[in-house]
Amino acid sequence: MDEGLRSELSKQGIFTTTLEELYNWGRKNSVWPLQFGLACCAIEMIASTMARYDLARFGAEVFRPSPRQADLMIVAGTVTKKMAPQVVRLYNQMAEPKYVIAMGACAISGGPFKQGYNVLKGIDRYIPVDVHIPGCPPRPEALIHAFMTLQKQIAGQKLGGDGRPRHLDPHAPSEFPVPQFGQHDLVPPKNPDVWQPPLLMREG
Amino acid sequence: MNTVEDSPYLLVGVFSVAAALFALVPLGMAGLWARKFSPAKPGPDKNATYECGLEPRGDAWVRFKSEYYLYAILFLIFDVETIFLLPFAVAFGGLPAGAFVAMMIFLLLLAEGLIWAWQKGVLRWV
Repeated sequence: MDEGLRSELSKQGIFTTTLEELYNWGRKNSVWPLQFGLACCAIEMIASTMARYDLARFGAEVFRPSPRQADLMIVAGTVTKKMAPQVVRLYNQMAEPKYVIAMGACAISGGPFKQGYNVLKGIDRYIPVDVHIPGCPPRPEALIHAFMTLQKQIAGQKLGGDGRPRHLDPHAPSEFPVPQFGQHDLVPPKNPDVWQPPLLMREG
Repeated sequence: MNTVEDSPYLLVGVFSVAAALFALVPLGMAGLWARKFSPAKPGPDKNATYECGLEPRGDAWVRFKSEYYLYAILFLIFDVETIFLLPFAVAFGGLPAGAFVAMMIFLLLLAEGLIWAWQKGVLRWV
């Protein structure tokens, strides 16, 4: 529909929409996070659901204790190498469409424990992350901002065609390989389809 | 002519059909939506019965050592018996003869257990 006609109609009190917009509007306002915290960021995640910050304003107060009923995984805290296979497995068990927010320095890069032998340097090595939040820990406002960013992403998703998201594409994968806890490191150390190490360019 | 008065069960029938449609139409629409837009993507992890992060290990039929019953007897003697002895002592003055005899039989049974456990050497500290 023409954008000018649409605004003209809305001035007359006639609301027009498309199936795609209706679908995205419904989905973005009913994102149910997985009830799952790994470290201190989880405390901030809990705080953001309580009365003061009130994540319920965005339709996300229903934290589900089962991955079958959750849409959003908030990776809140340090992912140890012992824990990473379980995180990936839980992500695999979530039903599509599913989203990931990597909350805090640890979840996005390993944070202050990056040099640790047992800390995964970012969960985006194994699963596709939609929104990264920096901070140690991020305040509840930051989590809410990440949530609104995710809502904007969902609102822009297409229902068909080439730009459609993974869950609408029959050929895109839904499960990602679960790493094994090996002798020295996780095997494999990363999922190359999801994450590639940044390329270092030396000048001169 | 009023159809509702003629057949009073007509309303029930109408409501049953409406109730069935109320349940089936959204389900059918969801099915159509899934067929048109969102493909099903099952996988080994998704179809797994257990949904915690860890795979279950071992057998659910865990074996207990049969010697465990000795501890059960000692627990009955020293713990459960005490719980019964206290109200028994409090109510001792007003008890009828039948209750006294019943309590004595109970104590005798447990005392037998104690003697038996003593003879087995369970009470000896390693």
